[in-house]
Amino acid sequence: MSLRRFDVAIVGGGIAGTTFAAILGGAGLTVALIERQPPAALKGSAYDGRTTAITFGSRKVLEAAGLWADLAPHACPIDDIRVADDASPLFLHFDSREVGDDPLGSIVENRLIRKSLYKRISATATVTQIAPATVASLDTSGSLARLTLADGREIAADIVVGADGRDSFVRAAAGIETIGWAYMQHAIVTIMGHELPHDNVAVENFLPAGPFAMLPMTDASDGTHRSSIVWTDHMDAVPLYMKLDLPAFEAELQSRAGEWLGRVWEIGPRFTYPLQLRHAKRYIAPRVALIADAAHVIHPIAGQGLNLGMRDIALLSELLVDRRRTGLDLGDPMLLKRYEDARRMDNIAFSATTDILDRLFSNDIPPIKLARRMGLGAVNRVPFLRRFFMRRAMGAAGALSRLGRGERL
Amino acid sequence: MVMTAAKTVDAAEIEKFSRMSADWWDPSGPFRPLHRLNPVRLTYIKDRVAEHFGRDGRSIAPFGGLTALDIGCGGGLVAEPLARLGASVTAVDADAVAIAAARLHAAGREIEVDYRVGSSDDLAAAGSQFDVVLALEIIEHVADRDEFLAALGSLVAPGGLLILSTLNRTLKSLVLGIGVAEHLLRWVEPGTHDWRRFVKPSELARGLRVIDFAVADLTGLVFDPLKNEFHLAADDVGVNYFMSATRLS
Ligand SMILES: Cc1cc2nc3c(=O)[nH]c(=O)nc-3n(C[C@H](O)[C@H](O)[C@H](O)COP(=O)(O)OP(=O)(O)OC[C@H]3O[C@@H](n4cnc5c(N)ncnc54)[C@H](O)[C@@H]3O)c2cc1C
Repeated sequence: MSLRRFDVAIVGGGIAGTTFAAILGGAGLTVALIERQPPAALKGSAYDGRTTAITFGSRKVLEAAGLWADLAPHACPIDDIRVADDASPLFLHFDSREVGDDPLGSIVENRLIRKSLYKRISATATVTQIAPATVASLDTSGSLARLTLADGREIAADIVVGADGRDSFVRAAAGIETIGWAYMQHAIVTIMGHELPHDNVAVENFLPAGPFAMLPMTDASDGTHRSSIVWTDHMDAVPLYMKLDLPAFEAELQSRAGEWLGRVWEIGPRFTYPLQLRHAKRYIAPRVALIADAAHVIHPIAGQGLNLGMRDIALLSELLVDRRRTGLDLGDPMLLKRYEDARRMDNIAFSATTDILDRLFSNDIPPIKLARRMGLGAVNRVPFLRRFFMRRAMGAAGALSRLGRGERL
Repeated sequence: MVMTAAKTVDAAEIEKFSRMSADWWDPSGPFRPLHRLNPVRLTYIKDRVAEHFGRDGRSIAPFGGLTALDIGCGGGLVAEPLARLGASVTAVDADAVAIAAARLHAAGREIEVDYRVGSSDDLAAAGSQFDVVLALEIIEHVADRDEFLAALGSLVAPGGLLILSTLNRTLKSLVLGIGVAEHLLRWVEPGTHDWRRFVKPSELARGLRVIDFAVADLTGLVFDPLKNEFHLAADDVGVNYFMSATRLS
């Protein structure tokens, strides 16, 4: 069937793939964005109940890409992060005022990010959305990459970007292996209403079965105070909690949230996600690059998964746009190598940190409990170390791309 | 149509490039140095053309509506990107093998370029004219420089832009241009260049004035061995340089 020629073909229209398409399309590149779900399904609240803690660095990427203005009214700033342990509340404390006036990050609902992204790319003439469509095969043997869709349509592009998530088709088709493991924990995600305001404070409560995070959201239109819950627990326990009726579930929520927000209740909807750590051995293959979850999946303990993806996007879009402005082939092996070299180090460091954090906290063994109390206590006492951790979490460190620095492409 | 061998093209020189033309498009093949050079070359060309014709260099097709001629196009390493930037490109080379390789590649990349076996003389004789004419790394290989420049000049449409690149005749280029590139790094085959044919910027500028062109820009091209990269340098034209000139009449 008909073959269409694009500069870049992106497989996967999740948040990463769509953001990438919006940035490239905004710079004038012709982009095919292939997604197997119908766009309407991705926009509804029944599809993704998560929120994302957008770091300062990711916000700069979204701002430069012209996407932030839409999201800003719905973004709740995080002015303070309090880390608590089962036994000793509030003993690690990150205050944004220590590193400047900007918030540590902002909590935004994924469904709103998706909605504004789709609005944006629908208005971008250079981006062709192909959805619902599944990619059947990938051929990178020639001087153009060729994708064949399940319905027989063919697409040609200089480069294929795999933004198709943790079970990436592009990754497998390019013969790229992964390393990693599944965690014994799953996450329960829901939205919680509460009596008292959260004062823009995020709380991460380390419980023996896994971290329980309360992330501040903007008030609902009727003034209801809201927080997004990421409740990590043992995979055997999660199905039981998922089935609980409202009063029983709310009692569990209240016991984990403590008293500082007053009475709490569930707004929902309730979702569950299996957790894993996975890292692609390579991010690149001839005429192929992987971004975001297709390249790396980490534990959500630090709320950094998508933020790492945003850093992939910032760098790869810069390299591709600069190259396109010279008219040269975007599938250049040296360009791909530069992308991989720069991003792998950063992502591996983060994957390791989040894995160690989870292992350190998700247990009840006294010596480790002691060690982590000492560790966190030490961080809290040394302002220099604390600022270091905060800068990392804010995504301000390692801003090696123009978009990451808030410049234009 | 059978093209006649052009008289300004030195047969022995062409023979040298023919031997190398099979792997034009392999970035790590024998033309690796050209692939390394290409981003810098194209940046220079794009910036000059955008400036001269008042185009936005950040757009992806700043050459829309312009005609361009690439003389001595080889396998099309510059012609293809020019077409992608929006120009309608004619590209000539006396080496039929290189043109065949270029056609094959452009077809595979779905990029349109009018490739022709021939020389600037053939096109000049036919009275063709272009908004942009490129002669990159050519002039140091031609037998009669003045004759070549006269043919080039007639190919540029009134108000058009001529861009040349070549090697300066300095002690530095003797050591770096030939010694390092040909012998030490094995970038290009030994015997590719003859230092005595290298052209000083002042000589080139004089030649351009004779054909009624005004020099618009002179920029050096410098290789940084530590970074293994080329970059443009306004103040160092000791080895490689670009010159742009506009047609006055
Ligand atoms: C509980 C939880 C909480 C999280 N919280 C945070 C947080 O606070 N901050 C943060 O930064 N990150 C967070 N993350 C991580 C973040 O959600 C992910 O990193 C992010 O969603 C990845 O986006 P993506 O676009 O790469 O992948 P996905 O969202 O998985 O998108 C992939 C898309 O590709 C499509 N697709 C797949 N295969 C094909 C194919 N063959 N053809 C066509 N289309 C295909 C899919 O339909 C999907 O739409 C969290 C994750 C979890 C599980």
